[in-house]
Amino acid sequence: MDTNLDDIKHIRSMMERSSKFLSLSGMSGISAGTFALIGALIGHLIMSGQFTFTNSLLYDFIILAVLVLICAGGSGLYFCMRKAQKNGSKLWMPVTIQILKDFSVPMCIGGLFCIVLIFQHAIRMVAPSMLIFYGLALIAAGSRTYRDIKVLGACEIILGLLAGIFVYNGLLFWTLGFGVLHIVYGILIYYKYDMKSVKNG
Amino acid sequence: MIMKDIISGLNKVFDSRVRLGIMSVLMVNDSVDFNMMKELLDVTDGNLASHLKALEKEKVIEVRKQFIGRKPNTSYQVTPLGRKLFKEHIDALEKLINPLP
Repeated sequence: MDTNLDDIKHIRSMMERSSKFLSLSGMSGISAGTFALIGALIGHLIMSGQFTFTNSLLYDFIILAVLVLICAGGSGLYFCMRKAQKNGSKLWMPVTIQILKDFSVPMCIGGLFCIVLIFQHAIRMVAPSMLIFYGLALIAAGSRTYRDIKVLGACEIILGLLAGIFVYNGLLFWTLGFGVLHIVYGILIYYKYDMKSVKNG
Repeated sequence: MIMKDIISGLNKVFDSRVRLGIMSVLMVNDSVDFNMMKELLDVTDGNLASHLKALEKEKVIEVRKQFIGRKPNTSYQVTPLGRKLFKEHIDALEKLINPLP
């Protein structure tokens, strides 16, 4: 009887381990959110004329966006790697490639669309578009990792739509979406899954 | 060749942890190669190879050999028959644990 139950448990865990990306760490969300907040603060300083890299608003924001993307993405990846190591699982599995594909299609299209918006001088719509496409990417990737990521994606899309309506508060909504939401979700995932895996391991 | 235990409905082909693991992984992934399977299941080369061979003989999994660049790569897929038999096996296991639905 017990061996049957163990068999079922084994089957379920093997299915999950091989098809879901469970190395996503709450710390990734917290660190990415923190970098976004720092980025938003610098963005605010640039907009109010207190700080500049190049004296051009557009180039300043492009440099800032790239820096934030590298820092947030890099730190996110670092914490995923650490969690994978702790759990004794691999970061690089077939599902990792799949989740990257699912995630990057909306992200790349969104990125191109934002460039189009900049060239069309519709700069106010860049922040809403970033939030909406990022939300879509999270929903696309969400079925291959913790379900909570889908809800986070939906929240990002709602914020993006609101940012499109209240178009003069773009930076505020961007800060809420990429900074605050990431930190909140990071903490949530940390307590819901990471703590548990530390206990079990 | 009746592989099923008539009373429990369990399939003898899947009567091992390694084989259960192989089937579980293949049920939710299109195709998995040997090295990945080894890492997921945490077993030795020889042990894994013998179980894979046995499952292949029963036609529940399919082997595909190809070259990636110059390196030979062996990947495994579940067959429609394997999918059906493994589902029945899980159902039988569940029934044994919880006889009353």
